[in-house]
Amino acid sequence: MSEAHELNGAEIVIKALADEGVDIIFGYPGGAVLPIYDAIFSQNQIRHILVRHEAGAIHAAEGYARSTGKVGALIVTSGPGATNTVTGLTDAMMDSIPIVCLTGQVATHLIGNDAFQEADTVGITRPCTKHNYLVRDVNDVGRIIHEAFYVARSGRPGPVVVDLPKDVQLATGRYTSVREATHRTYRPQIKGSPDKIEAAVAMIAAAKRPLFYTGGGVINSGRRASELLTEFVKLTGFPITNTLMGLGSFPGSDQQFLGMVGMHGFYEANLAMSECDVMIAVGARFDDRVTGRLNAFAKNSKKIHIDIDPSSINKNVSVDIGIVGDVGSVLDDMLKVWRKKCYKPDAKALKAWWGKIAGWRARECLRYRKSDDIIKPQFALERLYRHIKGRDAYITTEVGQHQMWAAQFLRFEEPNRWMTSGGLGTMGYGLPAAMGVQVAHPDSLVIDVAGEASILMNIQELSTIIQYRLPVKVFILNNHYMGMVRQWQELLHGGRYAETYMDALPDFVKLAEAFGAVGLRATAPGELDDVIEQMISTPHPVVADIVVDPDENCFPMISSGAAHYDMILGPEDKRPEVSAEGKMLV
Amino acid sequence: MLDSIVRNHTLAVLVDNEAGVLARVIGLFSGRGYNIESLTVAEVDAEKKLSRITVVTKGTPMVIEQIKNQLGRLVPVHAVQDLTTDGPHVTRELALIKVKGNGENRVESLRLADVFRARAVDSTTHSFVFEMTGSTEKIDAFIELMRPLGLVEVSRTGAVAIRRGAVGFERGVSASNAATKSPLRKRKRVNA
Repeated sequence: MSEAHELNGAEIVIKALADEGVDIIFGYPGGAVLPIYDAIFSQNQIRHILVRHEAGAIHAAEGYARSTGKVGALIVTSGPGATNTVTGLTDAMMDSIPIVCLTGQVATHLIGNDAFQEADTVGITRPCTKHNYLVRDVNDVGRIIHEAFYVARSGRPGPVVVDLPKDVQLATGRYTSVREATHRTYRPQIKGSPDKIEAAVAMIAAAKRPLFYTGGGVINSGRRASELLTEFVKLTGFPITNTLMGLGSFPGSDQQFLGMVGMHGFYEANLAMSECDVMIAVGARFDDRVTGRLNAFAKNSKKIHIDIDPSSINKNVSVDIGIVGDVGSVLDDMLKVWRKKCYKPDAKALKAWWGKIAGWRARECLRYRKSDDIIKPQFALERLYRHIKGRDAYITTEVGQHQMWAAQFLRFEEPNRWMTSGGLGTMGYGLPAAMGVQVAHPDSLVIDVAGEASILMNIQELSTIIQYRLPVKVFILNNHYMGMVRQWQELLHGGRYAETYMDALPDFVKLAEAFGAVGLRATAPGELDDVIEQMISTPHPVVADIVVDPDENCFPMISSGAAHYDMILGPEDKRPEVSAEGKMLV
Repeated sequence: MLDSIVRNHTLAVLVDNEAGVLARVIGLFSGRGYNIESLTVAEVDAEKKLSRITVVTKGTPMVIEQIKNQLGRLVPVHAVQDLTTDGPHVTRELALIKVKGNGENRVESLRLADVFRARAVDSTTHSFVFEMTGSTEKIDAFIELMRPLGLVEVSRTGAVAIRRGAVGFERGVSASNAATKSPLRKRKRVNA
């Protein structure tokens, strides 16, 4: 095909997107992107999903990216269109989600003039993107979009913004194909150092109380990395825990899986972290939700850390062996070394270690007080899990108690099934993310586990969901409170519930109906199974309002500023005094 | 403990000379709470469009390691070199120093400038502008001496630095494997 004939900038944008394999783009039109919308109008390779708010577009692109492993794409206009994506860009940056966000910009000669709907988009998004571009020449459009996709998906993935002034969209120029557009500098290290891998495998083989601690990096590395991880864990017989971001990288119902680690993680997982002698951190970043008080974190263990981002290694916790490289590639090499050297785990020590873990497991850290009169949120999720187990299901969440309960009570057998805002903790993430997941997987069951507060932050996307007939299910654990904030007020601020109770909530059933979705409600434990069954079997969008115990707290919990082995298991546990330092933490 | 000692490091950062690259580097320092003691930047290879940033920063070994890795993570950064830990290097700064005065002070300032090998690049009947290059310490010392003699203002470039010997930048510690090669890492583990 001849590349010689000239296209305008907008047509080049669409051609470049198509050549990058983009089939779906989320977006919202406006003055500064009209030429691109014109180009979208006259083609049928790329399907545009019209959202109701730019925040919805970027979270939808995140949901799309996380459930497919591909780069998520969106297009928004200049000024407010661009600034409305800032939260989502920061979210994607924190959770390492590959996103390309195209923003319109006023014409180049107007930049800096405070023109209508002008914002310094590259300036505003510089700290919340992996990289960003302002395109000043139409002949650069093709190259820059290809670079943007390359940067977004390579190394540690992240969001990339391409700011496109309107005159550049209208000017005609030459298209640069993917083949011609190689990045000058950016070459992330994929292969881990062989010496370090050998040393790490030797350390793993000699371990008496080993533990795999694995995170979102495994999922980002691709399906193969999860398979290799599972193979390695099975081969060694070691216990494994996942971070919130890593759930699904190892089968959740497997006996070797200790559950999620961290602030609201499993007791056995946190205790095993604390008492292991060799910690194998794979694509995890020793986040403060995981480590608790740093000077008390896993003091007696040697640590191996595999990460594609050199700046993750030795950032919070200093490690003994840091391996920079792609998790999949390094795990592959590790397995080869393990087999070549015919290593065998220390069976006797491992048996004793599993014995110890069994003791912690016997504490049944997820236990809660059952009730016949009121729906306990944990019970609602137990029932939900019973209904979706074994099905082709994807789960997204909003942020708060319901998110932690979902992470505790739902189990994921494979990667890319669990989409939650981990690093940034963005309320309003779940519904648009579910929308993005459903667009990518039209025949699968997609459920947004939500709270009544979070869901209102991007409720407008129900309208998008109706327009595209996306059968998304919204499962609201409605406790009338911003539950997690209320819990902290109870534990840290003497039960003074300042501004965390919502006195005037909408009737979610009527709200669903107003949008054109199906509304369901359960107020007693006896109604729950029917409502869940009906929600799943309805081939339309459904909002299920599950009215739960307003006073329930999320346990187990590592209290703010406490050591990670110092967990509160339930309301009857004596609560440790929170230090002044602890009160300062978020 | 060596771990907690805060010291100055001179980093050389080779970057693509493109719009916004300096803002990225500065934003990284301010956003993550690192210090900038001085910073200089200029294009060093017009053909390859490369600029070299010399930044003097301070921190504990762990913080310096983070700074290097964070710099290395920026997409337009080619390489990061820690001149302070990578063996001997030369540091120079250029300063323009304006001194006003008559009589004895004026003679004394000229005499001291001669001792420090500073050149007068502008003269009026009652002022001089001296140009001098040297280490940061030497310039500091000269400025202190000029203060009582009628110092008016100072303009300084901040440090530029280069490694001694025949080895160029490319052979230095590049950003991507700084985490594995830095001698600091070994030292830190011993003291951990």
